[in-house]
Amino acid sequence: MRYVVWLLVVALIILRQDLWLWDNDTLVFGFMPITLLWHAGISIGAAIVWFLATIFAWPTDLIDEVQRESEGGE
Amino acid sequence: MTPLIVICIYLGLLLALGLGASLLSRGSSKDYMLASHSIGPFLLLMSLFGTTMTAFALVGSTGEAYKEGVGVYGLLASSSGIIHSLCFFVLGIKLWSFGKRYGYTTQIQFFRDRLQSDKIGVLMFPILVGLVIPYLLIGVMSAGTVVSAVTEGAFRSEFFAPWDYGVPPAIGSLVISIVVLVYVFFGGMRGTAWANAFQTMIFMVLGVITFWIISDHLGGLQAASQAVAEKNPSKLMRSVAEKDQQKYETDLAKWRSLAEYNYLTDEKKESVLTDEQKQAALAAYKGPKFGNWKARAEATLAAKQGLLNLTTLEKNKAYIMQDDRQMPDEVPASWGEAILAGHELEEVARNPAASKKAFTDEMYNKNLGHPEDDLDPNDPKKGKKWSRKRVEGVYKATKWSPEPPSHITPLQFISYMFVPLSVGMFPHLFQHWLTAKSAGSFKAPVVLHPLFIAIVWIPCVLVGVWATSAMNGPAPMIPPHFNQNAVLSKMVSDISTPLLSGLLIAGVLAAIMSSLDSQFLCIGTMFTEDIVVHYGGKDRFSDKQVVVIARSFIIAIVAVTYGLSLLEPRSVFSLGVWTFAGFSSMFPLVLASLYWKRLTKPGAYACVISAIAMWIYFFIDSDFAGNSHYLVFGMNPAATMVIGSAIAMVLVSLITTPPDEAHLERFFPKKSES
Repeated sequence: MRYVVWLLVVALIILRQDLWLWDNDTLVFGFMPITLLWHAGISIGAAIVWFLATIFAWPTDLIDEVQRESEGGE
Repeated sequence: MTPLIVICIYLGLLLALGLGASLLSRGSSKDYMLASHSIGPFLLLMSLFGTTMTAFALVGSTGEAYKEGVGVYGLLASSSGIIHSLCFFVLGIKLWSFGKRYGYTTQIQFFRDRLQSDKIGVLMFPILVGLVIPYLLIGVMSAGTVVSAVTEGAFRSEFFAPWDYGVPPAIGSLVISIVVLVYVFFGGMRGTAWANAFQTMIFMVLGVITFWIISDHLGGLQAASQAVAEKNPSKLMRSVAEKDQQKYETDLAKWRSLAEYNYLTDEKKESVLTDEQKQAALAAYKGPKFGNWKARAEATLAAKQGLLNLTTLEKNKAYIMQDDRQMPDEVPASWGEAILAGHELEEVARNPAASKKAFTDEMYNKNLGHPEDDLDPNDPKKGKKWSRKRVEGVYKATKWSPEPPSHITPLQFISYMFVPLSVGMFPHLFQHWLTAKSAGSFKAPVVLHPLFIAIVWIPCVLVGVWATSAMNGPAPMIPPHFNQNAVLSKMVSDISTPLLSGLLIAGVLAAIMSSLDSQFLCIGTMFTEDIVVHYGGKDRFSDKQVVVIARSFIIAIVAVTYGLSLLEPRSVFSLGVWTFAGFSSMFPLVLASLYWKRLTKPGAYACVISAIAMWIYFFIDSDFAGNSHYLVFGMNPAATMVIGSAIAMVLVSLITTPPDEAHLERFFPKKSES
């Protein structure tokens, strides 16, 4: 799952380049420029991916080790 | 006067909060600088969000969207949502572990130890502080601009006439700097974190209200965007719409006729039209009758009748003069061969004080006065007197060449991915990483940061884009060549009531101050820890003396920043991007120091020196951020700097002696068997 999370990060970076919307001035819902909506989606997607990262890729081992060391030292 | 009173009350509340926090202080320098590591997840989240939501995010993004269109969001906001959190993850947690293990509080302490080099601190300290200064400058400059804009007409004394009877920007900047200094001094890190949390919440509430009021005034979300689709479709995408290009070419042709007509009549003293023809031209004119409308009418007729006979060289001179640009002592030979294209004209420096002529020219200044006085006391329907900003705006809009529609190239867009890497080297974030209470407190910022950016940037970008097509009666609300830093405050003050304007601008000031305060504190900490205590010794100064030294250094830096803010203003967006680019250029160093054992001390020096050398060269070459379209190899300079400094670091590291294994063991411990 950890690798899936990092793949999703790479996907976000690729999707952010949206060259396919370069000269598209469509207003979605009559007010939202499509390129702005796309990038708003990237921001929401980023929040979801980072949420997954905190669950599946959080470096618990490192953190626990440091906490143990600091508690042992006090 | 009402907005000024509201702002003063807000600043008073903020001071009270800072002083309140000082009552909880334990009085030690450690508590002052780091709040004794007692800041929990909520304050950390609010503090980080507050320090990210800056003048750059509000004033800068609105102004840049007004100028460049919706592509601005993709340039920095969505990429920051990905890259900033990535840096928290990849760098932040590791740095936190080293801070916890070895007790670092500043990034220089970390690099000194990791690289076994005392002098790396001497090299990095002025660079890091020097790069923070333009960032502080954005806040100080923006604060002055928005306070001045929203208090327009507050005073009656003629002393304030040059600032449209409002607070002079220099005074606004000074007061905001002093207020932030006071609550930082009394509250320290704890006061700053509290103030940040308070200001972030104030800003978020007022931001939503501002957006709603502006969209409502423009006829609702759909009407506001529809107006842009009709008048400036290029602002809704990243390329230039054919309609905008055609409009620009038509406007440019008209403007050229005007320039040529003025050159013939003013410089060559020729009578191009007879009196009868002039009368006919004025009678036929259908455009708005202000500024130089008579010359425009006459120029149109003269062009139609083919009476504008000038050589190519004379035409180019006419354009330079009409556009208030500086005529070179020796005119280039190419000027006699071809007509200057729009972008070639842009490359010739404009006389900075040119538009001030509007205040003394009868053609423009006849309506100038106190903006709350009626033009005609017997007939209030004629409207109010014109502010200096409006007079100057009419001068620029009617005299200067039309602004070409702008676009972003795909390479330029992609290269902006390098800019948010700055977060890896920003001193205040580095300090947060090193000193956070627990790694768990990073979770909320990592997840919520992209959303917070979206919440702030999307409304600002929409407001900036709407500003391009919003009307104030028959005239555009924001005239051509308008100072992009003042777009947000102009929209707010033109659209809302005085009370609301004051509240809304207080929200903007909240965002500005919430980024200034933590920067102030951070540079104070760096100076005391990395210079004073490091070289003076821990026992040489008392705790109180350390706090006094930190405060003195902060005052000195703020004084320098304030002095710079008095110089010719720059685009907030451009200055911000230059600061970020500078920090980004040193990103390879922090990444390598955490993940690459082969990094050597000379490799680190090569990285830092090449990064700052490129930054200084490019910054000067861009006219100190004056050229907002400055690119290197068609890309944002950050891309070249990151790649260049990384290559220098890797090459030098590979040809120099690797660090000893025992030392590396501290930073790359072998995983335990259990």
